[in-house]
Amino acid sequence: MLELTVFSLLNGLVYGLLLFMLSAGLTLIFSMMGVLNFAHASLYMLGAYFAYSISTKVGFWPGLVVAPVLVGVVGALIERYGLRNVHRYGHVAELIFTFGIAFLIEETVQLIWGKQTMDYHGPKILDFPLFELWGIEFPAYKAFMLAISIGIFIALLVVLTRTRIGLIIQAAISHPNQVAMLGHNVPLVFTGVFGFGSALAGLAGVIAGPELGTSPGMAAVLGSIVFVVIVVGGLGSLWGAFLASLLIGMIQTFAVAIDYSLNDLFAAIGIPPDKTGALSDLYSATVAQIGPILPYLLMVVILIFRPTGLLGKREV
Amino acid sequence: MISRRKFTQLAAALAAGLVAFPTLAADPVRVAFIDPLSGPFASIGTYGLHQFQYTAEQINKAGGVLGGRKLEVIGYDNKVSPKESLIQLKRVIGDGIQFIVQGNSSGVAHALIDAVTKQDERNPDHRVLYLNYSAVDPALTNEDCSFWHFRFDANSDMKMNALTDVIAKNKKMKRIYIIGQDYSFGKAVAAAAVKFLGEKRPDIKIVGNELHPIGKVKDFSPYIAKIKAAGAQAVITGNWGADMLNLAKAAQDAGLDIPFYTYYAAGNGITKALGAGLNGKVFLVSEGTMNPPLTKAWANEMKGFKAKYPGEDWSQPRVSNTLRMLALAINKAGSTDPAKVAAALEGMHYTTLWGDKVMMRASDHQLQMPVRIQVQTDKHIEFDFDNSGLGLLNESTVSAKNASTPTTCKMKRP
Amino acid sequence: MAAVATPAAMGRKSFLRRNAVWWVALVLVMLLPQVAHSGTSIAVLNQMCIMVIFSLSYNMLLGQGGMLSFGHAVYFGLGGYFAMHLIQLANATHFFMPLPLTPLAGGLAGLVFGLIFGSFSTSRAGTVFAMISLGIGEMIASSSLIFTKFSGGEEGLTADRTDLTPFFGVNFGRDYQVYYLIAAWMILSAWLMYRFSRTPLGRMANAVRDNPERAEFVGYSQKRVRLLSFMAAGFFAGIAGGLFALNYEIVTDETVNLTTSGVVLLQAYIGGVGFFAGPIVGAVVYTLLQTLLSNYTEIWAFYVGLIFVATVMYAPTGLTGIIMMHQPIWRAGRLRSLALPYLQVGAPALACAIGVIGLLELLHFVSVRAVGQSTKHLFWMSINAGRPTAWIVFSVLAVGGFLLARRLAPKLVAAWEAASADIHAGGRR
Repeated sequence: MLELTVFSLLNGLVYGLLLFMLSAGLTLIFSMMGVLNFAHASLYMLGAYFAYSISTKVGFWPGLVVAPVLVGVVGALIERYGLRNVHRYGHVAELIFTFGIAFLIEETVQLIWGKQTMDYHGPKILDFPLFELWGIEFPAYKAFMLAISIGIFIALLVVLTRTRIGLIIQAAISHPNQVAMLGHNVPLVFTGVFGFGSALAGLAGVIAGPELGTSPGMAAVLGSIVFVVIVVGGLGSLWGAFLASLLIGMIQTFAVAIDYSLNDLFAAIGIPPDKTGALSDLYSATVAQIGPILPYLLMVVILIFRPTGLLGKREV
Repeated sequence: MISRRKFTQLAAALAAGLVAFPTLAADPVRVAFIDPLSGPFASIGTYGLHQFQYTAEQINKAGGVLGGRKLEVIGYDNKVSPKESLIQLKRVIGDGIQFIVQGNSSGVAHALIDAVTKQDERNPDHRVLYLNYSAVDPALTNEDCSFWHFRFDANSDMKMNALTDVIAKNKKMKRIYIIGQDYSFGKAVAAAAVKFLGEKRPDIKIVGNELHPIGKVKDFSPYIAKIKAAGAQAVITGNWGADMLNLAKAAQDAGLDIPFYTYYAAGNGITKALGAGLNGKVFLVSEGTMNPPLTKAWANEMKGFKAKYPGEDWSQPRVSNTLRMLALAINKAGSTDPAKVAAALEGMHYTTLWGDKVMMRASDHQLQMPVRIQVQTDKHIEFDFDNSGLGLLNESTVSAKNASTPTTCKMKRP
Repeated sequence: MAAVATPAAMGRKSFLRRNAVWWVALVLVMLLPQVAHSGTSIAVLNQMCIMVIFSLSYNMLLGQGGMLSFGHAVYFGLGGYFAMHLIQLANATHFFMPLPLTPLAGGLAGLVFGLIFGSFSTSRAGTVFAMISLGIGEMIASSSLIFTKFSGGEEGLTADRTDLTPFFGVNFGRDYQVYYLIAAWMILSAWLMYRFSRTPLGRMANAVRDNPERAEFVGYSQKRVRLLSFMAAGFFAGIAGGLFALNYEIVTDETVNLTTSGVVLLQAYIGGVGFFAGPIVGAVVYTLLQTLLSNYTEIWAFYVGLIFVATVMYAPTGLTGIIMMHQPIWRAGRLRSLALPYLQVGAPALACAIGVIGLLELLHFVSVRAVGQSTKHLFWMSINAGRPTAWIVFSVLAVGGFLLARRLAPKLVAAWEAASADIHAGGRR
């Protein structure tokens, strides 16, 4: 039991911080420009693919640096030449546009790299078990993922609260017009933030690709979960995104470990379990099986009862 | 106003589309391969298609069918989706093809067997024959059997029967964990494992019986943690494709060092992921043979395939049986009419390229064949997987008679 | 559409004459199989008609109500599941169940679930609504694999439609028989949805879309208007789902998933959400692209994505919008003056398109081909992808065509302006 808890904690941490890297950029973009970037997870996928191609030619470490930059450039271009033109048609049109971009990126990836899963793996020097507890090993690569994610979080915190550009960004989030009147080039700030957020997503892709698989379906897997994270965490709040990512990461990882179902609960109380009725699926479904639904349930509940999210100040 | 325009558009578009339809040559005998060519299981589908196409080439080199007509295998991507498979089936029928082969996912197989039976009953002029080369849910040749469906792989009950024989011999085995994909096949494997273990070794405790969503789990480390926490001494799994690969990777990552009794834990990158660390610990139940090849003909076949597709291995020997028996049946029936070919296939005796004597049982259309248990190792391996030096070595063989299981099929014949 | 008529004058025209267009449409649609009678064409037509109903129901939300939903497939799929259960029940107990009425079970399911989910999701429109719809969509899609008794799990639900009570001797075994049924439902549903958009409720939905606050001042609750639209949209989506169950005789978890929701959004938007006929055009075009184009190229979905993004960026009114732009000019009889400029711009644009398509196809080919293959079949020619000739030719076509089209574009703009000016200057109306 203890080893299960400890390793679920560790795995949940790794997964949760990965979600944070993805959602940090998204929540920044959302709170700045009011546009929900459906294509964010697709940029994550692009990062993994760019890194894969670079790793087959040069190596993993150059990919770690170059791929996020490339994705950041792609993101900035999307903002400058795409989103800015659609902006005048309203939020709904922006949402539809980013949805179209997500679709297009997924098809482009299949056009260039094909439909198979790519053999993208981490560097050889990280291919060893970092430590061993109760006979189960914790791979060093996962620790590496943790290190990068925590490093990014600290860097973001420092940049946003201690540097000048960070203060401008924070101001532009809540008072864009006043910031423009002060003479700052707000559109440039927007493009920059969009590019930076995309680069973060790309970085997440670079390090998650070997672990979670590099295939055209990888964006769809994480895309919806990332939206859940930023809605639950609240917008404009990096701490909220951090908390929500960890929460969702833990929920999903721990849920797998729990094999109890409503029927077990009934048995504990003394009610006979329902194995054949119309709702028997509901009663016999274990927590592990309903794991995938839990984040969405949480999101819908939050949207109904607390639209600002856990720590957000603005509403969606 | 609007509607008129709409329908002129519609009519024009349709007319253009119909004119553009490619005309089809009547000469080659075409076989439609309906399996995933994209998505999480794309590699297993693509490799299977290559094995079919290579076999067709060899058959054509030897003279083809019906006095010189070539066999042609064409791929139709179904993305492992039952609905998409039905759409592809309609395309196949529209293209005039009379034979389909499919194997990846018993879920798809159930949808296809249903659709093919309906099609053949309702449209006697446009019949299709369904050759199932890998979907091993026993129901397909029992309660859901159909005259128009033939299975060329040992079904999962037959395989579990053989696998549990090997487990039962290991007196030290006391705690086993079952994990599988949450659909008809995964459930059938779990049910068969519980049943046969209960019969042969009631002292073995099943410490976990788990189903996970098919093709969706990327990170199996929580499951590995559970397996470890339950104190399992061995794992039984029917996982295939990406699910087997990810399970193997997670096991390797976590250093889980116990035997795996599997159906599909080799090839397609899985052997490389399992690595030499699990030498002698991964068991696989298979219908064919790789090491030793048992005959020169089969060794040459595998060598020729490797030369043409250096990154792939002949992981599904049953593909060879499927197409070669079809060719024989077409020749025997003297026509490509599905009803006649089906009649020719029923009861057919055939000797495989590696020397096994197999027979297509008429009562349920399940091929009766010997089953082998193989172990992953790097010793005495001539044909390895994934260019890794590791391959499958035959450990024991269960005869066709002992591997056979009875059937409850009540087949409706045309 | 027609000029405004007083209620008295409207009453004098009979039901037949007022809905003349719809009767003509019904007849045309019923005659269609005479033109396109191969098995594949019927299958394509069936899929098209189902998608038309689905897209029209989606546009009740997006185009008319301003509600962007990423989870509309929920009502389509649930409608399919419920219709399938009804068929299975009727087959098992042999009660009187004429097949043509089974889609109503789907519609009812769509209506009820529209009420349930709409009750909390229609409080706000815009991004909140979109997010909730996404959450519900993913929830239902995941749940369908858990509640296997209801959904059949991974394999889905199947049933035999020929076992239902025969309808005047027809047991709907053949695909073309199903076509007539689907086509009839399509005309009926489209007519009903059109009439709905003309009712006060439909009009208020437009008002709530444009200015919710003002609508409230007029006395309508924006939430209630949205909720009723939502339920109606769910009803028709459920009908489409029921027809889907009849046509394919299988309903799987794919019918409720995000991909299906995405497809209907694509269809409606490409067709044009501002017009009633927009989704019809979109459904037809998308189905044709999906079924025909996929025979010729592996990257057909990429082209669809490109068209979609181009539509969003440059032609947000969709294909129908582009066509309707020409309506005043056509009415004024000035369309012919545009013919030559269109040709002048269209020919180089076509060359550019050919060049771009050629490059994309070659790029795809060399990226994913097997060892030893180097000839690609494209545009009815065999092209050697290893040699640079093809690449150069396509590049020249693409760049040259683009530049030439750009140079000639002002002529088209001038001709357009001349034609429009003519109308406004009091030309024939």
